[in-house]
Amino acid sequence: MIDILINVSGLMLIAAIVWWFWLSDPEAKRINDQLIEILVEDGVYAPARIEIPANQSVTLRFLRKDASPCAEKVIFEQLDKSLELALSQPTELTLSIAEAGEYAFTCEMQMYRGSLIVRAEGL
Amino acid sequence: MTVKHFSIGGMSCAGCVASVEKALKKVDGLESSSVNFAEHTAEVEGNFSSDVLIKAVVDAGYEAALLQSEEDAAEKEAAEFTHYRNLLKKSFVAALVGVPLFVLGMSGLLPDLNNTQGQIIWFLIGLVTAFVMWFSGGYFFTGAWKSLKNHNANMDTLIALGTGTAWVFSMVITINPELVPSLARHAYFEAAAIIIALINFGSALEMRARGKTSEAIKRLIGLQPKTARVIRDGKETDVDISQVGLNETVRVRPGEKIPVDGVVIDGHSSVDESMLTGEPLAVEKNIDDEVVGGTINKAGTFLFVAKKIGSETALAQIIALVRKAQNSKPAIGKLADRISAIFVPTVLIIAVITFLTWFNFAPGLVTDDVRVSYALVTMMTVLIIACPCALGLATPISIMVGVGKAAELGVLIRNGDALQTAGKLDAVVLDKTGTITKGQPSVTSVITFGEQRQEDVLMYAASLEQGSEHPLAEAIVNAARDKEIALSSAEDFAAIAGHGVKATILQKNILLGNAALMKNNDVDITAGLEQSEALAAQAQTPVFLAINNQLAGIVSVADPIKEDSAQAIKALHQLGIKVVMLTGDNKHTAKAVAQQLSIDEYFAEVLPEDKEQKVALLQSQGNVVGMVGDGINDAPALARADVGFAIGTGTDVAIESADVTLMRGSLLGVVDAIAISKATVKNIKQNLFGAFVYNSLGIPVAAGILFPFTGILLNPMIAGAAMAMSSVTVVSNANRLRWFRSAGVSK
Repeated sequence: MIDILINVSGLMLIAAIVWWFWLSDPEAKRINDQLIEILVEDGVYAPARIEIPANQSVTLRFLRKDASPCAEKVIFEQLDKSLELALSQPTELTLSIAEAGEYAFTCEMQMYRGSLIVRAEGL
Repeated sequence: MTVKHFSIGGMSCAGCVASVEKALKKVDGLESSSVNFAEHTAEVEGNFSSDVLIKAVVDAGYEAALLQSEEDAAEKEAAEFTHYRNLLKKSFVAALVGVPLFVLGMSGLLPDLNNTQGQIIWFLIGLVTAFVMWFSGGYFFTGAWKSLKNHNANMDTLIALGTGTAWVFSMVITINPELVPSLARHAYFEAAAIIIALINFGSALEMRARGKTSEAIKRLIGLQPKTARVIRDGKETDVDISQVGLNETVRVRPGEKIPVDGVVIDGHSSVDESMLTGEPLAVEKNIDDEVVGGTINKAGTFLFVAKKIGSETALAQIIALVRKAQNSKPAIGKLADRISAIFVPTVLIIAVITFLTWFNFAPGLVTDDVRVSYALVTMMTVLIIACPCALGLATPISIMVGVGKAAELGVLIRNGDALQTAGKLDAVVLDKTGTITKGQPSVTSVITFGEQRQEDVLMYAASLEQGSEHPLAEAIVNAARDKEIALSSAEDFAAIAGHGVKATILQKNILLGNAALMKNNDVDITAGLEQSEALAAQAQTPVFLAINNQLAGIVSVADPIKEDSAQAIKALHQLGIKVVMLTGDNKHTAKAVAQQLSIDEYFAEVLPEDKEQKVALLQSQGNVVGMVGDGINDAPALARADVGFAIGTGTDVAIESADVTLMRGSLLGVVDAIAISKATVKNIKQNLFGAFVYNSLGIPVAAGILFPFTGILLNPMIAGAAMAMSSVTVVSNANRLRWFRSAGVSK
């Protein structure tokens, strides 16, 4: 009986991993201001998913609290932009993205992960 | 709330200060501002975007640039050192508990869990280990939890789960040993503590090694002097570099660094620009010459006017370009990125499968009593050995060192893709004038026909060319000036691209150009053909002059070949690269130059607009083509090439058409760029191979794949050591690129 329970639990755990990490997305934080503060700490960008309108100038202000070199850079691969984040000091990037879609931003090792969800105007 | 400093240019009176302040007040989020007229700076406080502020000032008719604090680098270094020390401290504390536990356990001096006394001792050990895990490894757990909430998983997740599972299992069997068979009653507190010690130690080593990877950029930042001697109200005053305003007069004394970019207005000197351009010889600077911030004044004192300050200086732009390139990734790294993105959840699944496999199938291999222990240990080892960091670091860390090293050699690589493609080049196209040759031609002989005198031929030729900026034209005009020949005005002037020029001078129709121009205008050049071919065979450029459609003379111009062109072409051949030359010169001159330098292929009489077609032709033949040109006239060909090299551009780094900008005029820069690109790509491949092999072999071994054949099971502590060292190995391998030597020892 215990064997079955452990096996079923294991299979359910695998299903949960697949669902949680690959099939579901965290809720995006919808932003209407021009300035967004992003905290870089403990392996995560907070907020990590940010929804912004297309064609609007938005400033991302990163505040890095993690001293490890992993957190030093943030790279917007699709936008060909990158930032070096100073420790405990805000570092800004002003963007205006015309095309709606999802734009990932990560540290150089891809451990910190975030995304900008650009929604089309009027949505 | 942040405070930022900006340099403000264009202020000439107190009224300007008011205008700038008014513009600043309109910036959203700005709390306070203070404009300093004397220093041409503004101190601004609030939550605002620098870009928005700069735009507001520019819209008001002034200039603004963000000033970087010179203390930033020192602060960063101090913060990194503090973090490094913290990691070592955490490692030491964890080892202080883990190592004695391990030694005592191996010596059989620790009690077993089958009696109450043993349980109490193990419970206390568990509490001490919990403290160690909180003190030395708490950040793994916080990071793992926060990542989990964000539907993300990273290295923290693996370590937290691996060590957390060990502690929870150990604590559970300490409190209630009956839950597992007696043979499986083994606590793993020491493993949790030692793994945390090893991973902190590995992170500290990695941090130390990573510090070296950014030495090139630190060196560039270090070129920036801290103070400048400005002249204000007729007095010389030493001020902080951030306080130098646009158009301020600055004095530079012998041995001093030039603080910002500007133009010499008084005095003369020689300046060492090697730190930016790689050019070893000092450059003479006279009135109206440009000087660049960060370079060193050798001898002599001069005054210059500041034209670019703050983030606008060439040095600041070079730093920005190098940083941007260091953060870009070539295509070769994209696969690793895709794997990194799914790596940790995949490892979590493998860990669960490992547990279930041992739990269900181990009885055939081990006794039923210990299968839970084996399942747990193998699962834990899989979690600990997997290293997403080595995979994620493999590409960016090599790019960081490679691009930085290239910058030290005066080679600015725009991005990772340019670097990767430069390493694959099998043909390099060189423009002759200014690239292979010095681009400073001079008249070597004047041959006359009929009744013409040498002075007349030179007068007509120079009168025609006096308005032209072509290097050949400049040579002819200079020759006439040297002989003090008075020039006449040219009427109805027309330039025929790739052929020459024509005009009416002293009511005579004058043609000056190549044989094609003469032929198109029915000028018989038979009398001069033999001599022109002889001149061309000596790598000189013969230019025909016709007066009223009669051949009057040949002006021969030679452009000396740069001293190191032959060495560079030889080095390109050694790299297995075909060298192709393009020139607007006639085929005889082109052939002579090609033979002299062992150039594989040449195209003569190429019109400027045809250079792009020649590059495309070589590409259509299956070559991966690099084009070396001046970045302005050759922009279409540079853009067409797989890699465009803008050569000899001094410190002008803003060349959009070039993938690689060479800050010195030597072709050896091309060799350096290609050689370092090859070395960097090779380094990336080694790193990727190492990281892939490590994970692809390490994970199955950790899962116990060798156990059925050898009876060997990997200890989770050894897995922790391997994991900690894998990132260090990748960073150390990338650091080898720092020892790359310039092919031509051009620096």
